[in-house]
Amino acid sequence: MALAGLFFNGWEVPMREIDVTRISDVVARLCMEANYYLGEDMLAAIDRAAAGEESPTGRGILEQLKENAAIAARDRMPICQDTGLAVVFVEVGQEVVLTGGDLETAINAGVRRGYEEGYLRKSTCHPFTRANCGDNTPAIIHYRLVSGDGLRIIVAPKGGGSENMSKVVMLKPADGIAEVKRQVVEWVKQAGGNPCPPTTVGVGIGGNFERSAILAKEALLREVGSPNPDPELQALEDELLEEINKLGLGPQGLGGRTTSFAVHVKMQPCHIASLPVAINIQCHAARHKEATL
Amino acid sequence: MENVIRLAPPLNDEIVATLKAGDRVLISGTIYTGRDAAHKRLVELLDRGEKLPIPIRGEIIFFVGPTPPPPGRAIGAAGPTTSYRMDPYSPRLLAEGLKGMIGKGARNQEVREAICRYKGVYFAAVGGCGALLSQRIKEAEVVAYDDLGPEAIRRLRVEDFPVVVVNDIYGGDLYEIGVSRYRKS
Repeated sequence: MALAGLFFNGWEVPMREIDVTRISDVVARLCMEANYYLGEDMLAAIDRAAAGEESPTGRGILEQLKENAAIAARDRMPICQDTGLAVVFVEVGQEVVLTGGDLETAINAGVRRGYEEGYLRKSTCHPFTRANCGDNTPAIIHYRLVSGDGLRIIVAPKGGGSENMSKVVMLKPADGIAEVKRQVVEWVKQAGGNPCPPTTVGVGIGGNFERSAILAKEALLREVGSPNPDPELQALEDELLEEINKLGLGPQGLGGRTTSFAVHVKMQPCHIASLPVAINIQCHAARHKEATL
Repeated sequence: MENVIRLAPPLNDEIVATLKAGDRVLISGTIYTGRDAAHKRLVELLDRGEKLPIPIRGEIIFFVGPTPPPPGRAIGAAGPTTSYRMDPYSPRLLAEGLKGMIGKGARNQEVREAICRYKGVYFAAVGGCGALLSQRIKEAEVVAYDDLGPEAIRRLRVEDFPVVVVNDIYGGDLYEIGVSRYRKS
């Protein structure tokens, strides 16, 4: 870490330099770690679900998920063969100066290296010809400029099966919270076994078309089982989870009590004409690892 | 745990007729991999009246795109992908003699009907258990469409590969049966 002088209106502002090659290294490592090591929150959620699951088939599947996670960690083998598109959230402190190249190229270089060296599947392709890009780039990168001189990177590989079971719907203000709930529960029901239940359901409410989708995705980064900081949203999450688990889909959609481990909601104000709702479903292989530079 | 049925491909009408939705099955022997892009190419070949690069009569196709094999391993993580994307192609392959499919998630009406008509079977393996299922795959070799990378067709030798019968020739559907048992209105 070096401090570079930057002059602003005659004042010297200390800036922290970060070489982007460090960012490549970190991204490469996080791609591998996220795919090999299921988080403690997920392991605990599987245990809680197994204890309450009435379906013998469902319990058997939950046990296999634990065994699978243990094998993956032991052998450094991906938890799931769908090692996902590399979704990368980057929070850049505004007192940081990036050196040695541009950030986006560095992140993609890290993804390329992580997926190659880590024996991860390359899943990006041309939308029409379906020709595989061969290196799992481009990553899906979300940037945020924040205060301070830190740089936080979250790598969240996301599989196609659960991502396909996602949607954005622009409701009318008159539809209100009742329709939001109906949309979420109905959508989870329609998705059935496709997104690999038990799932975590990310719900983004408000903002606009694209913001609601990002809110839904960000909601999935929260530790599973942790409380929502907003008690009103916590109550909504509890109600949605209860309704979803009455559907009977269960592990893998083969019947049971645990269709979802959790519902995570993020909300922000929207236009007076709109009520955007996004639903982003996360399979049980909920993978995300982060580092702060 | 209920009895487990052991199967070794190739399958035939008589074997398939013994399978019922909900049966637990362990497969040993040769199966083939194929997913979205490979299915498209196979059906395009059939449309042109050309020969397929793999035998499908009596065989089982596993819908999977594995991760690359680490050193010393036959294959990387290898769990099932979601099957509905193969729905546009599966009836055609069943008509050509394909007997089994391994994937996850429900199939559409056309596939379920084709399973009854052509006497096939749809199995589910546990999705997201790629590391666990990888251990049951002893050999893997790309036999067609190498350019598709993870979507290439591979011939696998599996031992005790665990699946459950979802759709049988009698119209049984484990997703419907299982969910109706636990649904609360």
